[in-house]
Amino acid sequence: MSETWRPTAAIETLRKRAELLDRTRAFFHDRNIVEVQTSTLDRFGVTDVAIENVEVADHGVLQSSPEYQMKRLLAAGMPSCFQICPAFRKGEVGRWHNNEFTMLEWYELDVTLDELMAAVAALADHLIGPQPVVTKTVFELLQDSFDIDPHRPDEKLCLEVASAEGLQGARDLHDAIDFLIGSALAKLGSERVFLTEYPSYQAALAKTTQHGDVEVALRFELVINGLEIANGYDELRDAFEFRRRCNSDNVRRAQLGLPPKSIDTNFEAAMTHGLPECCGVAVGLDRLFALAMDKTALRDVMAFAARGE
Amino acid sequence: MASYSTNEFRPGLKVLLEGDPCVMMEAEFVKPGKGQAFTRVKFRNLITGRVWERTLRSGESMEAANVVERDLDYLYTDGDLWYFMTTDDNYDQVAVDSTAIGDAKDFLAEQARCQITFWNDNPISVTPPNFVNLAVSQTDPGLRGDTAQGGTKPATLDTGAVINVPLFIEIGDVLRVDTRTGEYVSRSKQ
Repeated sequence: MSETWRPTAAIETLRKRAELLDRTRAFFHDRNIVEVQTSTLDRFGVTDVAIENVEVADHGVLQSSPEYQMKRLLAAGMPSCFQICPAFRKGEVGRWHNNEFTMLEWYELDVTLDELMAAVAALADHLIGPQPVVTKTVFELLQDSFDIDPHRPDEKLCLEVASAEGLQGARDLHDAIDFLIGSALAKLGSERVFLTEYPSYQAALAKTTQHGDVEVALRFELVINGLEIANGYDELRDAFEFRRRCNSDNVRRAQLGLPPKSIDTNFEAAMTHGLPECCGVAVGLDRLFALAMDKTALRDVMAFAARGE
Repeated sequence: MASYSTNEFRPGLKVLLEGDPCVMMEAEFVKPGKGQAFTRVKFRNLITGRVWERTLRSGESMEAANVVERDLDYLYTDGDLWYFMTTDDNYDQVAVDSTAIGDAKDFLAEQARCQITFWNDNPISVTPPNFVNLAVSQTDPGLRGDTAQGGTKPATLDTGAVINVPLFIEIGDVLRVDTRTGEYVSRSKQ
């Protein structure tokens, strides 16, 4: 008799998961942050080069993140808010990936990025126990590990270093930098690290600012045990810049032989109407719960993970 | 020859890496949230036994290695080559050189059924059975009756291998040996 009907996580673990979910909500209620629910299914997906949406015939796409809809709420007057919801990414299945996973998305009005980072560190302390977080810039990380300057990258050198580190099949600077950051983070061991000051070409939807003669993105990630736990921005509010970044995503998509993606015109219109000053962060909640319960794979904390490895 | 794409990678897959046949030990999907997906792979080189690590961008592929494993019975050695016989009705002989035989030569008992890995029909490694019976050709005189003390001494087997044995073992005794660890298990009844 096949046993594939069984949950991938133990019932005892799922009961602990329910407690962690309560603790997560309590954290936000204590901070007077409103819980919202947006739609999982929407007409538009994202233009991100490295994210493939799951499409639903005749209906649109399952959202890879509730970011656009939550920002539409903020533009319409919603105060600081959070959401715990499923997010979908085609083809992402592995020990620490699942094509459907639980995202905690959270926006706060009138806070600085440093204040949001402190809150994210407090959430990690609240769920998995207190431990200090070290802050490193992407520049420091790549300088220390590989003597590379991510803000003024020499593509040929980056590709050579990545190849020497064991990467095969890199097509361009972006592949090499993504690999080298991951490789350097993996060497940090069990530290909790905030990675900050991303190069402008990795700004995603973060604002950028001039540091001396380089442009850096006001973006951070929380990394625990080499694992990406949270990704936050001082949120971009400029609708023209949003369109410019989407267009440049589509240019790179074309270069890589990927189909172009439609720009979410509802989100663009909300940006044009006016997004309030805010900082936001997305937390991979399944991963955080796994760390809280000393588990070493998502399937151990998800009722029905896509595939046992 | 066929090839495998990163989404087909799994432990046990045999592929060519830098021209050498390798077996995948682990294959893990890794991806930054906003960045490129990769597959991080640990390989064991089937010729040298060394472990290699590589990361492949998702969508890359690797050429399959024409590697097969077959059971053959050990016959004898002439010192340069080790001869095995196929277990089918053809009784074909296969000669294995010292590189491919590696440490397995220490634990080859006559008639022992071994697993030989062939790459493009050439033998590249030999795995003896987990347990073999081998005779002691040389060891210092034992201390009779002193079986409970747990002392050991070196003994040379008729393959030339030296292993640690209990003190009561004598020349001519046939020993059961664990070929994976090279350790004495018991004195054989044979």
